[in-house]
Amino acid sequence: MDVVVLVKQVPDTESLIQIAEDSVSIKTGDLKWIINPYDEFAVEEALQIRETQGGTVTILSMGPEKATEAIRTALAMGADSGVLINDPMTAGGDALTTAKVLAAALKEIPYDLIIAGQRAVDGDNYQVGSAVAEYLGIPQISLVIKEEIFNGKIRCHRVFEGGTVVVETPFPALFTTQRGLNEPRYASLPGIMKAKKKPLDIKTLADIGIDPAIVGKAGSKTKIKTLNFPSERQAVRMIDGESGAEKAANLVKILHGEIKAI
Amino acid sequence: MAQGVFVVTEQRDGTFRKISYEAVSEGRRLADLLNTNLTAAILGADIATMSGEIKKYGAEKILVADDSGLSEYTTDAYTNVLTDLIEEQDPELIIIGASTQGKDLSARLAARLDAGLVMDCVAIKQTDGGLVFTRPMFGGKVLADVEIAGTPQIVAIRPNVMSIVETPKSATVDRPSVKVGEVKTSVFEKKIETGDKIELTEADIIVSGGRGTGGDFSVIEDLSALLGAAVGSSRSAVDEGWRPHSDQVGQTGKVVSPNLYIACGISGAIQHLAGMSTSKCIVAINKDPEAPIFSKADFGVTGDLFELIPEIIKAIKNMT
Repeated sequence: MDVVVLVKQVPDTESLIQIAEDSVSIKTGDLKWIINPYDEFAVEEALQIRETQGGTVTILSMGPEKATEAIRTALAMGADSGVLINDPMTAGGDALTTAKVLAAALKEIPYDLIIAGQRAVDGDNYQVGSAVAEYLGIPQISLVIKEEIFNGKIRCHRVFEGGTVVVETPFPALFTTQRGLNEPRYASLPGIMKAKKKPLDIKTLADIGIDPAIVGKAGSKTKIKTLNFPSERQAVRMIDGESGAEKAANLVKILHGEIKAI
Repeated sequence: MAQGVFVVTEQRDGTFRKISYEAVSEGRRLADLLNTNLTAAILGADIATMSGEIKKYGAEKILVADDSGLSEYTTDAYTNVLTDLIEEQDPELIIIGASTQGKDLSARLAARLDAGLVMDCVAIKQTDGGLVFTRPMFGGKVLADVEIAGTPQIVAIRPNVMSIVETPKSATVDRPSVKVGEVKTSVFEKKIETGDKIELTEADIIVSGGRGTGGDFSVIEDLSALLGAAVGSSRSAVDEGWRPHSDQVGQTGKVVSPNLYIACGISGAIQHLAGMSTSKCIVAINKDPEAPIFSKADFGVTGDLFELIPEIIKAIKNMT
């Protein structure tokens, strides 16, 4: 079973986000970068599949050269090799253009299964996995918390509001991860040492044979006009009272009478 | 030329999800702004009688795609059928609810139609340059105003944000012929959670607990049951194994926007605040008056949650 994991490097979720001077991007100078948390679940699941099914785990990412750090982390967890598509023409592209680039790269990487995070926690687009599956013409299953492989098929437990559904599909296929799928392993020190020697190819758009006009800013159908901070709430109103009972009564009075929320 | 607004509704086992009413109501508002007509599509099996329930939200035309191959949601079948309906209707704008199903479907559909998609939109406004779609990024730390080039434009709207408005119209109901096409995925089993557990992303009220509970969610569950609320939790409560993953609110969990969010014993890590900051009213209960949660709350109470919450329950029960 050859598994490809789609990975994105994103700002740490504990980061403060600041809007850049151009008002359409964020300041990246002081940010700490990590593997997208949902992609970590994807790497872990791929490694577990390799343990039972054999085969290879390849990490595929698109981004600046710095994104090799995220790929190296996945290699240190145990993946076999990595590919980064690094080309200035991809900059400023929307989710569908990213998917076009990844799908083009996947034409040259053998796969039976592709695993992606349900979303990257920076753009929060929830689009790349689905769109890659569409461009490759393969089935997709989103938000998976458990999978089983047998008889040339994969059976995935997909969550929805208030339940789960078990969906089956033949290979090749793509699924996206949901929290609860597994507990990603930490990279061990020997793993980190080994990762330094594992193959990591950096490719351009020309290398994967995709027309730069359909990707990046030029190829994007959606365009960010401005970024804004959510409007600040008014300063907190602290509820006073001599006792817990009095505070509670005052709070309930406000929530019922003034806010009409209960 | 592409024209009209096309809403994809969502039903489960013959009952519309609330997001369907939000999507059709928003569709009506935008169709009026754009001076055009509104079509609502219902997909499923044995759904012939469902069109009546959606009429009062203002669609002029209702398409009922009724086929045994649509009885359970699969990405491939629903994308195939919707693509046919959309190509036939040629709308300028498509609205889908950004539920778990709608997120999966809208992304596949956008790639198939080569159309721009704005995911998890919280506001849509008309400007001289066309529609501008507002959506949270970085878990809600930033809001992006986004434009979409070309048609159709696709927008997936965040559940629980847009208003439900009744605008009854005398709608025509069509039952188009349905070709499910090639379908590789099949639904093997469906498990609905028993009991009346309320889904976090659809809840009007959420009572959430964090590290301050020490793992004891009993008072939080009591308050939640009394208010008909959903129980949420911070990441630390999930990491401690106190609550299931499905309860986690935050940038790496669920993003919620209830009318009332009551955070109990949650200090307010940035990634948690990002997941609940669009709540309409936020109440924080915490022992530590310096806890960051108070900077994002509308109302704050300092004190021990195990003392305060039972008092709150008592006060609610005493309400006349």
